[in-house]
Amino acid sequence: MVPMPYYLIVGAVLFVIGIAGVILSRNLIIMFMSIELMLNAANLTIITFSRFLNLMDGHVFVFLIMAVAAAEAAVGLAIIIMLFRNRETIDADKFNLLKW
Amino acid sequence: MSYYLLLIPLFPLLGFLINGLLLGKLNKKIVSIVACGAVGLSFLWGLKLFFNLLALPADSRIIEEIAFTWIPSGEFNVNVGFLFDPLSAVMVLVVSGVGFLIHLYSIGYMHDDSGYGRYFTYLNLFIFSMLTLVLANNYLLMFVGWEGVGLCSYLLIGFWFEKQTAADAGKKAFIVNRIGDFGFLLGLFIIFWSTGSLNFITVFDKAPQVFAMGAGLITAATLLLFLGATGKSAQIPLYVWLPDAMEGPTPVSALIHAATMVTAGVYMIARSHVLFLMAPTTLMVVAIVGVATALFAATIALTQNDIKRVLAYSTISQLGYMFVACGVAAFSAGIFHLMTHAFFKALLFLGAGSVIHSLSGQQDMRFMGGLKRHMPTTFWTFLVATLAIAGIPGLSGFFSKDEILWKSFSSDYGSIWIWAIGLFTAMLTAFYMFRLLFLTFYGGERMDHHAKEHLHESPKIMTVPLTILGVLAIVGGYIGIPHILGGGNNFEKFLEPVMGNVQHGGEEAMVMASSGQNGGTELMLMGISVVLILASIYLAYVLYVKNIALAGKIRQSLSGLHKILYGKYYVDELYGAVIIRPLIGLSLFLWKIVDVILIDGLLNGLATIIGDISKIMRPVQSGLLRRYTTVFLLGVVLILGYFVFR
Amino acid sequence: MELIIFYLAAVVAVGGGLMMIMQRNPVASVLYLIVTLVAIAVMFVQLNAVFVGALLIIVYAGAILVLFLFVIMLLNLRGEKFAEKRTRLDRPTRIILAVAFILELLAMFKQVAFPGRMDELMVQASPDFGGARPVAELLYTKYLFPFELTSILLLVAIVGAVVMARRDEKDKKRGI
Repeated sequence: MVPMPYYLIVGAVLFVIGIAGVILSRNLIIMFMSIELMLNAANLTIITFSRFLNLMDGHVFVFLIMAVAAAEAAVGLAIIIMLFRNRETIDADKFNLLKW
Repeated sequence: MSYYLLLIPLFPLLGFLINGLLLGKLNKKIVSIVACGAVGLSFLWGLKLFFNLLALPADSRIIEEIAFTWIPSGEFNVNVGFLFDPLSAVMVLVVSGVGFLIHLYSIGYMHDDSGYGRYFTYLNLFIFSMLTLVLANNYLLMFVGWEGVGLCSYLLIGFWFEKQTAADAGKKAFIVNRIGDFGFLLGLFIIFWSTGSLNFITVFDKAPQVFAMGAGLITAATLLLFLGATGKSAQIPLYVWLPDAMEGPTPVSALIHAATMVTAGVYMIARSHVLFLMAPTTLMVVAIVGVATALFAATIALTQNDIKRVLAYSTISQLGYMFVACGVAAFSAGIFHLMTHAFFKALLFLGAGSVIHSLSGQQDMRFMGGLKRHMPTTFWTFLVATLAIAGIPGLSGFFSKDEILWKSFSSDYGSIWIWAIGLFTAMLTAFYMFRLLFLTFYGGERMDHHAKEHLHESPKIMTVPLTILGVLAIVGGYIGIPHILGGGNNFEKFLEPVMGNVQHGGEEAMVMASSGQNGGTELMLMGISVVLILASIYLAYVLYVKNIALAGKIRQSLSGLHKILYGKYYVDELYGAVIIRPLIGLSLFLWKIVDVILIDGLLNGLATIIGDISKIMRPVQSGLLRRYTTVFLLGVVLILGYFVFR
Repeated sequence: MELIIFYLAAVVAVGGGLMMIMQRNPVASVLYLIVTLVAIAVMFVQLNAVFVGALLIIVYAGAILVLFLFVIMLLNLRGEKFAEKRTRLDRPTRIILAVAFILELLAMFKQVAFPGRMDELMVQASPDFGGARPVAELLYTKYLFPFELTSILLLVAIVGAVVMARRDEKDKKRGI
């Protein structure tokens, strides 16, 4: 029997790796994948609590999160394609339009 | 019954609009027809109204017509309205009549100038402004005309703006006039403030109730109005612009700077005589300034060599006479002199223009002489005008000038000193005018060979106005022959409805004169002045025709005095040192220290500080996704840290 | 035995995640992400979440990440080199921030979980815990409304993605 905090630690570490991916990488696609990683780290934590609370509602949440992630991936990748079409790059530092 | 007063200034305005809007599209013939026709129609309409006015009984000779409401603003209500009474009738006829003749003359004088259309456009605008000035029924509309003629004066002095001196002279005239206008405007404020109106009739009705006789307020108001008059009418201390104004075309000098515009100040004072009579101090100032200017300008005129400058100083001097008349409360005498002066001075200028024209622009009398043979019409008309201005009996100038001298002697406000200086000035006037005449038309021909070949009498279009003005210069005085010489002084009588109760002093004197009490005195004074004037004419004849060497000798023996007079008392230099230099210094100080260092420094300093702050703040708003995320993470770390390590 | 499998899975997951963010080539990144997801799925199974674990493999690794691969291929990205222009302090600051964050999280766990309190909650899982049937029952009863909403969300996302990614006339002219 694996103690519950171990899972939580793995989840936390994966989450922080996701954060690091977002703030350190300049490649929009890798940033995007890091977000997916963060979502799954959160999923892992939810599943862990669900198991230890002996409630399956958490599984449903995870299921829903996956659906949202799928939607987000579809839209996000469409945005990336559009950005690439307009600017011929996916370098996040080349897009500074957020100040307007 | 409507008299359509509006039409009088409307014609020149239309002429101005037609010529101005179609500038460069009309040929010279149409331009001149439009311009002269507009002024001619004004004159005819003025003449018709004048006879209408005469048909009315003397006491009701005031026509006031409101064209439209101009500024309706609560208490402050100004109409564009016109007032036609004997005073403005005289002015309208003089302005449009002399203006018309000068328009005709200009056709010849300006015939090959490239700015022909522009010239007539300005000229019509001037006539329009001047007619507005004299016809206005309130001070504000008068001020509009006042400023309008100032503008036209500026435009026409600087008509040949390619010439630096002409452009500078235009600016000088404008700026000096601004000082006077400033005074005028302040005077208007006082008048409105105390009477609540700017309408002439209302103001004059209310004046006795709101102003105490000789009180500070009315004195201040009239002094300020007089300051405006000194600017426009070239009196000490603001006369300096007029001699320089001779840079403009000669007909312009004749029209604006001799016959009409410069008399606006006299007209304004005559119009406001009700106010001026309530401020004896101001009247005294007016008389003193007038007589001082008359003497001062006459002495300068003795030594000048430029034919137009002599005439300019002569104009200043004659304007001084008119102010003397106003100052001794002989307003109708002032207006009388204004009218005769308009005739003979316009004639003098036009004659001078004719001379200059024939000498291809030469204005220095030292290079003229002997023109009598070549230009008979010009010579004879010029002679008439010179005799008139000198005050030879039988010509217009004699009557008006003598009227003024007599009034300055006899009026309650006058004094023997004013009379004496005036008489002395009259002698000087006769002297320098004949000096001018002799130098120009008599003696050897001193122009160079090239110019000599081109000598010619001016064309008909120029000599006809000269002749008409010559006739006017002779007969213009006969409408005002004083009682003592068997006349009825009709002019004064005609103006009586306006000047009415003003003339009591004069009236009594006149009654006394006719009863023989003072008549002897008047005749004696008249005789003295005629004798002295003839003497000075003879002196001029001796010095400038018979024995020119003597003139040079005298000049050398009085070289110090001559230098001062020739240098025009160095007033321009004085103004330069006392006013302009410190002003430039102050401006430099304001520019270099206050503006550049203080104000700019303050602003730039603020901008720099803000710039520096934003330089620090700017990276925060980089627009970069990752940087925003990082800041977001920083916030998360700090908040979580607070809860964990609390 | 379970512990060994857990350690293995944890190391693979963390290692895969690190490798993912350090790759220059996005294709390699995607593959490392799949490795990580598989490791996470193993942990799901250990936690009796069989159904969700299976979904993770099928939906995530099988569909979403394949979508990523498609996009990468479509844009023809291969280890793009980005011009280095960031200031020198940027990267260390971010790494420090990330490390600080994980330390804080661990400290939090230490305060809350390590004293062993959580272990006491540990109960034996019911026999069919996390199976397809009980999850589906929950999904179609208690969470029916959110479930249906999800379908609408997906529909909107599809429409949005199609609209945005469509090539219009202008793009055709430019040849992209």
